[in-house]
Amino acid sequence: MSAQPGTLAPPRVVEQRTHRDARQEQLFRWLLKGCALLVLASLLGAAGATLWGGREAFAKFGWHFLVSTAWDPGNDVYGALVPVYGTIVTSLIALLIAVPVSFGIALYLSEVAPTWLRTPVSSAIELLAGIPSIIYGMWGLFVFAPFFSEHIKPWLTSNLGNKPDDGKLSWVAQHVPFVGKLFGSDYPFGASILVAGIVLAIMIIPFISSVMREVFQTVPTRLKESAYALGSSTWEVSWDIVLPYTRSAVIGGIFLGLGRALGETMAVAFIIGNSMTFSASLLDPGTSIASTIANQFSEASGLQKSSLMALAFLLFVVTFIVLLIARLMLRQLKRKEGN
Amino acid sequence: MSSIYLRRRITNWLAMGFSALATLIGLTFLAWILWETLRQGISALNFKLFTGITANGDEGGLANAMVGSLIINFLGIAIATPIGVLAGTWLAEYANRTKLGETIRFLNDILLSAPSIVMGLFVYTIIVLPSTVLTHGSTSFSGFAGGVALALIALPVIVRTTDEMLRLVPSTLREAALSLGVPQWKLTMQILIRAARSGIITGVLLALARISGETAPLLFTAFGNNYMTLNPIDKMSSLPQIIYQYANDPGDTAHAMAWAGAFVVTMFVLLLSLGSRLVFSRNKVSHD
Repeated sequence: MSAQPGTLAPPRVVEQRTHRDARQEQLFRWLLKGCALLVLASLLGAAGATLWGGREAFAKFGWHFLVSTAWDPGNDVYGALVPVYGTIVTSLIALLIAVPVSFGIALYLSEVAPTWLRTPVSSAIELLAGIPSIIYGMWGLFVFAPFFSEHIKPWLTSNLGNKPDDGKLSWVAQHVPFVGKLFGSDYPFGASILVAGIVLAIMIIPFISSVMREVFQTVPTRLKESAYALGSSTWEVSWDIVLPYTRSAVIGGIFLGLGRALGETMAVAFIIGNSMTFSASLLDPGTSIASTIANQFSEASGLQKSSLMALAFLLFVVTFIVLLIARLMLRQLKRKEGN
Repeated sequence: MSSIYLRRRITNWLAMGFSALATLIGLTFLAWILWETLRQGISALNFKLFTGITANGDEGGLANAMVGSLIINFLGIAIATPIGVLAGTWLAEYANRTKLGETIRFLNDILLSAPSIVMGLFVYTIIVLPSTVLTHGSTSFSGFAGGVALALIALPVIVRTTDEMLRLVPSTLREAALSLGVPQWKLTMQILIRAARSGIITGVLLALARISGETAPLLFTAFGNNYMTLNPIDKMSSLPQIIYQYANDPGDTAHAMAWAGAFVVTMFVLLLSLGSRLVFSRNKVSHD
């Protein structure tokens, strides 16, 4: 660097500079690698910290922790079944609603809508993903839950439930197994497992639909055009060509949404009702793992705190596995694309 | 024959109708949520919100929460940005297609949608609990711990965008620099990161939008504070946490203030994601 233009640097200087460069290069490499390893560390750390925090609960209750519905701070007995049930059921309801709706949206945006409409509509749907979860919670608590309990819930309880207001059991509640139990409730408010599931569905729709739309666009045009040339309708092309071609990635997108739904905290904490007693009814309040932690952790101590940590560990492991499956499924399509 | 055609046509019409209906459902909920937030939020907005503090309850405002949110978000981004950019650079430039690199990239994608409340508990375990020693026994929640928790959520977003943006930089740029004898670290820092700058900034803005609505990881880290504080090792309140607290309060004034807070947070987040999209699209145009 100090050499004059037109003259060569003396060999000693060149050698020194090479050495310095190599040293700095080495240092830089280690710095970068260290930062990347921090990503790994935060993942392992989160799992390790919750496992460590939950060790007392795991040691005391063992496997029984998973199947017990007890949650009794008075007697210091805790079980995970009620929050686990709430988490799984709300997420399943969310998927049940979100998957067909997301598929419809992706289909509309990739095949049906006029071209000028696609960008604005898809940006609007993506906007849904940008709304913070606490806003979903507030809207659910103050707007949707009252709306639900006024307009939808009475219909459900009197037509499907086993505890209708007028005492007359409907045909469905008498003849179809489980339905009566699922929709029977004498709880007067809207906050319930079903409402939490519906709000979760709205939250994960943009995630699933954007993955679906993205992978639908990877289908080779000649494949679709061949089907159209044979006289297929738009629906037949979508159902028989596009969907089978993208199957693994579509499942990946669904699992991605499931991962989101399982771990969602604030929206659920607002509207699930936070009841630690087990009820099979979807219209009764329940709780989820994340909302139980959010509600109780700051006032908990001792074994209760440890049980909450153990719940967090369970949640982390389950979402990790779900997201792992999602990413593996999504990767399969990428590989296909490469071929 | 014609009945088959008719059936296929009807199926097609039904499917198209269903897809349009699904889109309409999505848009309806978007409009409903935004409309309620705007309506209830704007009607609750007043000057006192920006000057009063939550300690005064109904007569107060949200100033301490807003300041707290700014500080905690700033801390989160300030911690996550250097680490995330360097880690993303490593993935794109040094470890592309190595086994460790692929694994970290894969796990980073998983971390992207990991439950945020677990991150809060993680930070509680590694920062809040150990620092109790310093405060002689009382649980030492702090704004700093909140910042670290948010940094953990912002980190994967920044890593991923940096990684993707750097891989978009044409390799001729690298070859040109290397052929001039530029060491690789200088090439990375002075040429590649500069070339990918606007993409990386977009990633940071998106990460900021993501964390500014986060509540769950702050509950057990920053905890909340009804008084104004600028000290990051103090307990600190944040807008989302105050929204949560006030929404669960039975009073109508508290609800109105929660809506006002929700309005402020939503506007901030939506403007940020719109703004970052603008930065990005301008960048795209200039490259063409």
